[in-house]
Amino acid sequence: MSMQPNQSQDGQKETLFIDAISQALWEEMERDPGIFMMGEDIGPYGGAFKVTKGFIEHFGPERIIDMPIAEEAFTGMAVGAALMGMRPVIEYQYADFISCAWDQIVNVAAKYHYRTREAVPMVMRAPSGAGLRAGPFHSQSPEGWFAHVPGLKVVMPATPYDAKGLIKAAIRDNNPVIFFEHKYLYRRLKEQIPAEDYTVPIGKAKVQREGGDVTIVTYAAMLQTALEAANKAQEKGVSVEVVDLRTIYPLDKEIILNSVAKTGKVIMLYEDTKTLGIGAEVSAIIAEEAFESLDGPVLRVASPDAPIPYSPPLEDYYLPQVDDVMAAIDRLAAY
Amino acid sequence: MQVKPLDLGTKELMDIYYLMRLGRAIEDRLNLLYKGGRLPGAIYLGTGQEAIEIGASYALEQGDVLAPTHRDMMSQLPRGITPREVFLQHYARAGSLTHGKGEDNYQGDLKRGTFATVSMLPDFYPVAAGAALAFKLRREKRVAMAYCGEGSTSVGDWHEAINVASVLNLPVVFVVINNGYAYSTPVYKEMKVANVADRACAYAIPGIIVDGNDIIECYQETKKAVERAREGGGPTLIEAKTMRMRGHAGHDPATYVAKDIIDLWTERDPIVRFENYLTERGLLNEESKKEVVGRVNEAVEDAVNFAEQSPYPEGKEAVGDVYAA
Ligand SMILES: Cc1ncc(C[n+]2csc(CCOP(=O)(O)OP(=O)(O)O)c2C)c(N)n1
Repeated sequence: MSMQPNQSQDGQKETLFIDAISQALWEEMERDPGIFMMGEDIGPYGGAFKVTKGFIEHFGPERIIDMPIAEEAFTGMAVGAALMGMRPVIEYQYADFISCAWDQIVNVAAKYHYRTREAVPMVMRAPSGAGLRAGPFHSQSPEGWFAHVPGLKVVMPATPYDAKGLIKAAIRDNNPVIFFEHKYLYRRLKEQIPAEDYTVPIGKAKVQREGGDVTIVTYAAMLQTALEAANKAQEKGVSVEVVDLRTIYPLDKEIILNSVAKTGKVIMLYEDTKTLGIGAEVSAIIAEEAFESLDGPVLRVASPDAPIPYSPPLEDYYLPQVDDVMAAIDRLAAY
Repeated sequence: MQVKPLDLGTKELMDIYYLMRLGRAIEDRLNLLYKGGRLPGAIYLGTGQEAIEIGASYALEQGDVLAPTHRDMMSQLPRGITPREVFLQHYARAGSLTHGKGEDNYQGDLKRGTFATVSMLPDFYPVAAGAALAFKLRREKRVAMAYCGEGSTSVGDWHEAINVASVLNLPVVFVVINNGYAYSTPVYKEMKVANVADRACAYAIPGIIVDGNDIIECYQETKKAVERAREGGGPTLIEAKTMRMRGHAGHDPATYVAKDIIDLWTERDPIVRFENYLTERGLLNEESKKEVVGRVNEAVEDAVNFAEQSPYPEGKEAVGDVYAA
C-alpha cells in the first residue's frame, strides 16, 4: 500500500505545488522501475525541501540514493546510467548549486546525442528563485544559462497542474531536461488537479488569462505578479493577456506570435537578470516574425543585472513588482 | 611580525577563553533571534566546535588570511571581526561588512585577514591556495588557512586545491572540521576512509588529526602547521574530530542524530574542558569566570541593540557595486 501523503481518491484534489511534484515523481517511480534518484539528503531526510519525504521507506535505498556532496559526479553518473538505459532523476539541493555540475551538464549530457544518436534521458531537478531573503547563493534563477545550451530542455512550471504534468513529461522525455522548481511557490500555491495520470507537453506555452490590449509573456513565480497586474489593469479598462511559457527551451513561438497578433503590445516579465536573457530572445522573435503586428516597443520587466541581495529592502527593489508591470502597461498605453 | 608562542601565556589563554565564551553567547543569541522570527535569513551555528573554530584561527598572525565557511562565524572572532559586525550582517543592515547584500556568516574583511565566503563548498579551498600563491610569488612570509567540513571533502575542488598546493609547495593550511554530519548525512555515507586526514598521503603532505574539542591541541597542532608553511615547508591537512551540536541550520531539529551521541559530546563540551584546564592551573575561578561572562554578555547585548537600531540599506543600492571602479 502506498504511503504517499495527499493520495487522491477520485476526481480533483486540492494540491500544493510541492506536493504535485512529489506525487508525480512517486507515480512515475511506481510506473517505471528504471527510474531512480540521486541527490544530497534525499533519503531519510526527504530532501532539503522535503520533496522526496517518505520515498526511501517505500522505494528503498537502491532507488533513492543519498549522495555525498558531489554534484559534478552524480550528474555524470546520471548520464552514464541513462546511457545504459535507466531514467535517473537527480536533485540539486538548490538551483544555485547546479553550477557545480556545469561541465557534465553542458559538455557531456547536452552533446552526447548530437554526436552519437544515443539518447540521454535524465531529469535534473533544481529549486530556484528568490523572494525568501536567502541572499546571493540560495536565490538564483539560472534558467537563462542553460537555455543557451543546445541539447538541453529547460522547463519551469508556474502552477501545480503544470508542475505535475511537466515533470512526468520530463521523465518520459529522451533528452536531458532541467526542471526548475520555483521554491517560493512550493507551499504558497495550490489548486485542484486531476487524480488520474496526465502529462503536459514540453515546449508548449499556455494562455493563463485572455485579454485583448496588452500581452504579458512570463513564467514561474512571475505568473502571479502578471495576473495581479492584469487584474489591476482591468480596473483601469486595460485588457491584459497573460502567456505562461512553461518551457523556456524549446520556446513556444506560436502562442507568443498569436498573442502579439491579437494585442500588438508585449511585456516580457521574468525574474532572471534582464540582459541577454529569455526576454531578449522573446523580443527578438517578435521583432523578426511579428514586426507588422506591433503597436509599440516590446518592454522587458526583469531583475537588474546584479546578484540577488539579502537585505529585505534590497531584494524588494531588485525583484520585479506589480507596480513595475503597471508602469510598463501605462507606457504602452501611449502607443 | 609577532609570532605567538606554541605554549600560550596567561594573557593569551584568557583571550581565547573570552573568545570561546563570546562565540557561544553570540550563537545562543542568534538562535533565539532566529526562533523568534527576528532575523530575515537563515542561521548555521557551530556550537560545540568552539575549540577548533577559535583554536586554529588563533594560530594565525597579523597578515595571514583565513577562509571560513558557512558555519565558521567563530573563526572570525580571533581575526578581529566584532559582535556588532556579526549581528549587523544577520540583521541585513547597511552597516554590515557586506552592506546588506550578503547573508549569514558569508562575511569577511581582507584588511583583518578574512575572506567573505560563498555557499558553494568548498569554493574557498582553491581561493586560499591562490592567496598562498600570491604570498609565495612576492616572497612574503604570510600564510593562508582554509576551513571546511568533512562533507565538503567529497567535492572535486577540495582535492584539486590540495593537490595543486602540494605540487607548488604553497604556504597554506587546510583545516577540516569533522563534525559527524553533512546536513543530515552521517560520515559513513560520505566516505569510506576512517579519517579525512588519511587523504593527505594522496597529496604527499602531512595529515594530522586533532581532538577538535581540546583548544590547546587545536591551537598547537595548527600553529606548527602554520609556522611550517611560513618557513617554506608547504601545506598541511588538519582534521579536527568534533560534533555539530545543533541542527544543520536554524530550521533543522536534527532528529536524525541519536540523543546519546549528543549526550556523549555534551560531556566533552570544549568550553567546560578549557575551563577545567584553566582552573587546574589556577588561572580561572568563579569570580574571574563571572567577570568574563559578564563582559561577553555586555558585548552581545550592545551588538544586538546596535544592529537593531541600525538602518537598512536603501533599495536602490541593490544595483550598485557589481563592478569595481
Ligand atoms: C557544492 C555544494 N553543494 C551543496 C551545498 C548545500 N549544503 C550546504 S552545507 C551542506 C553540508 C556541508 O557539510 P560539511 O562540509 O560537513 O560542513 P558542516 O555543515 O557540517 O559544517 C550542504 C550539502 C553546498 N553548500 N555546496
